[in-house]
Amino acid sequence: MAKYLLLKHYRRNSGPENVVDIPPMETWAPDEFDAHIKYMDDFADRLRETGEFAGGEALSAEGTFVRYDGPGRPPVTDGPFAETKDLIAGWMVIDVDSYDRAIELAGELSAAPGKGGEPIHEWLEVRPFLTEAPTVTE
Amino acid sequence: MTREGVSREGVSRDGPAAPSAVELRQLIPGVLGVLVRRGADFATAEDAVQEALVSAFQTWPGNPPRDPKGWLVTTAWRKFLDLARADTARRGREESLLTEPPRGPTEDVDDTLELYLRCAHPALSPSSAVALTLRAVGGLTTRQIAAAYLVPEATMAQRISRAKRTVADVRFDTRGDLRTVLTTLYLVFNEGYSGDVDLAVEAIRLTRQLASTTDDVEVAGLLALMLLHHARRDARTGPGGRLVPLAEQDRTCWHTDEIAQGVELLQSALARNELGAYQAQAAIAALHADARSVRETDWVQIVEWYDELLALTDSPVVRLNRAVAVGEADGAQAGLAALAQVEPSIPRYTAAAAHLHERAGDLSGAARLYAEAARAAPNLAERDHLTRQAARVNQARGCT
Repeated sequence: MAKYLLLKHYRRNSGPENVVDIPPMETWAPDEFDAHIKYMDDFADRLRETGEFAGGEALSAEGTFVRYDGPGRPPVTDGPFAETKDLIAGWMVIDVDSYDRAIELAGELSAAPGKGGEPIHEWLEVRPFLTEAPTVTE
Repeated sequence: MTREGVSREGVSRDGPAAPSAVELRQLIPGVLGVLVRRGADFATAEDAVQEALVSAFQTWPGNPPRDPKGWLVTTAWRKFLDLARADTARRGREESLLTEPPRGPTEDVDDTLELYLRCAHPALSPSSAVALTLRAVGGLTTRQIAAAYLVPEATMAQRISRAKRTVADVRFDTRGDLRTVLTTLYLVFNEGYSGDVDLAVEAIRLTRQLASTTDDVEVAGLLALMLLHHARRDARTGPGGRLVPLAEQDRTCWHTDEIAQGVELLQSALARNELGAYQAQAAIAALHADARSVRETDWVQIVEWYDELLALTDSPVVRLNRAVAVGEADGAQAGLAALAQVEPSIPRYTAAAAHLHERAGDLSGAARLYAEAARAAPNLAERDHLTRQAARVNQARGCT
């Protein structure tokens, strides 16, 4: 088994070029919004049943950047920033048998319905966890 | 072992039935009290009681004791001696306590109140007070508390043992410290439900138990407040856990027995003429409970109670809630005027503003504010609710 972090950014551009953004949720119909939430809940429930769900939480949209500013001084903070391209809306950790399975599941989650009931086609970021060193190395 | 496990499997063929998990947990403060009165130090005694509790969960279903409290005291005392011996051996010195436990008439003394005061002592952070109260007074296991607060068990164990060290030798100021006990119980109540323990139910149980040890009128006020809110639990969430605001709740789902109990407690508390913040909040909850719909609610009286509450606490959160009530009592413009007196940085300010703007007919302003409030929401259920509100208003103004 291997753990992967699925990061939800709610965006449709994977690289530098800007593709059409996902319209803000408050411009969807209420039913469309409900369908979106339900899709994600059902997805997580299915993974719980298959024993592949390892965790997940939603994050507030706005955060703060913080850094050390020298001895005896309070930390420096910056933000929150309105820039939403790097927004992380939430994360889920899955524990699956293979990279292929992780990709399959991420593809499925990316098909969550959005405005007009159409899949939102968002890019999900899939990041493998670094594991403990194995017992047998030679 | 689940809570239900004890009660369900608890009947042996010819012996007595094992107490339910809740009955078992009710014994915990008394057992801990006996150990402390015998001279055990609080921190070790509490560990010993916890170990006895875990043993009870394991052995009682198959072999329930005839005298559950006696069993717990004996087992906990034995565990305490083991723990203290290990400790003594480590430090290489003798403790007279180990050979001859003092016994006597003190065994029946009820010092449950002192236990509450210790576990929610002002020297503790709120999260530590919550954890220690749930374990030492509530008799929950570390694992259950960790699951309820979604933190690893080792983290919760550490939090509890640090808390115990902090309160090992504290002094009590009964009246002042009772306020932090109430705050702690209120925090537990507000945490709601996750894991296999319903923290709201547990908070009510602990507050009721506290109310039986003290006649402090605010304890009754808090218990009334909890019951009146708890009565609405089934109406508060819809399919998929979505939040249903008070105005849209199906009031036939409210638990009338709890409302009646809450109102009765509140009335006898108010009759004593020592108004406090919990009684005032309970009075507001009672007025909501009394109304068949949001329209039939006595908003004028609710505003008056908010004025009382402001006089007692002068909190910006109360000002905010008062502005919403003013909006219902005297119209949206009056509500907006009251809102203008509130500090905008407080939580839920924007959500209240959105609601008042919508009522005032400013749909585009309301949609923008709902969306803004959703971005700042402190929890997922509220964020989803506010996003849905924004979507609804946008749909109403033909923008979707």
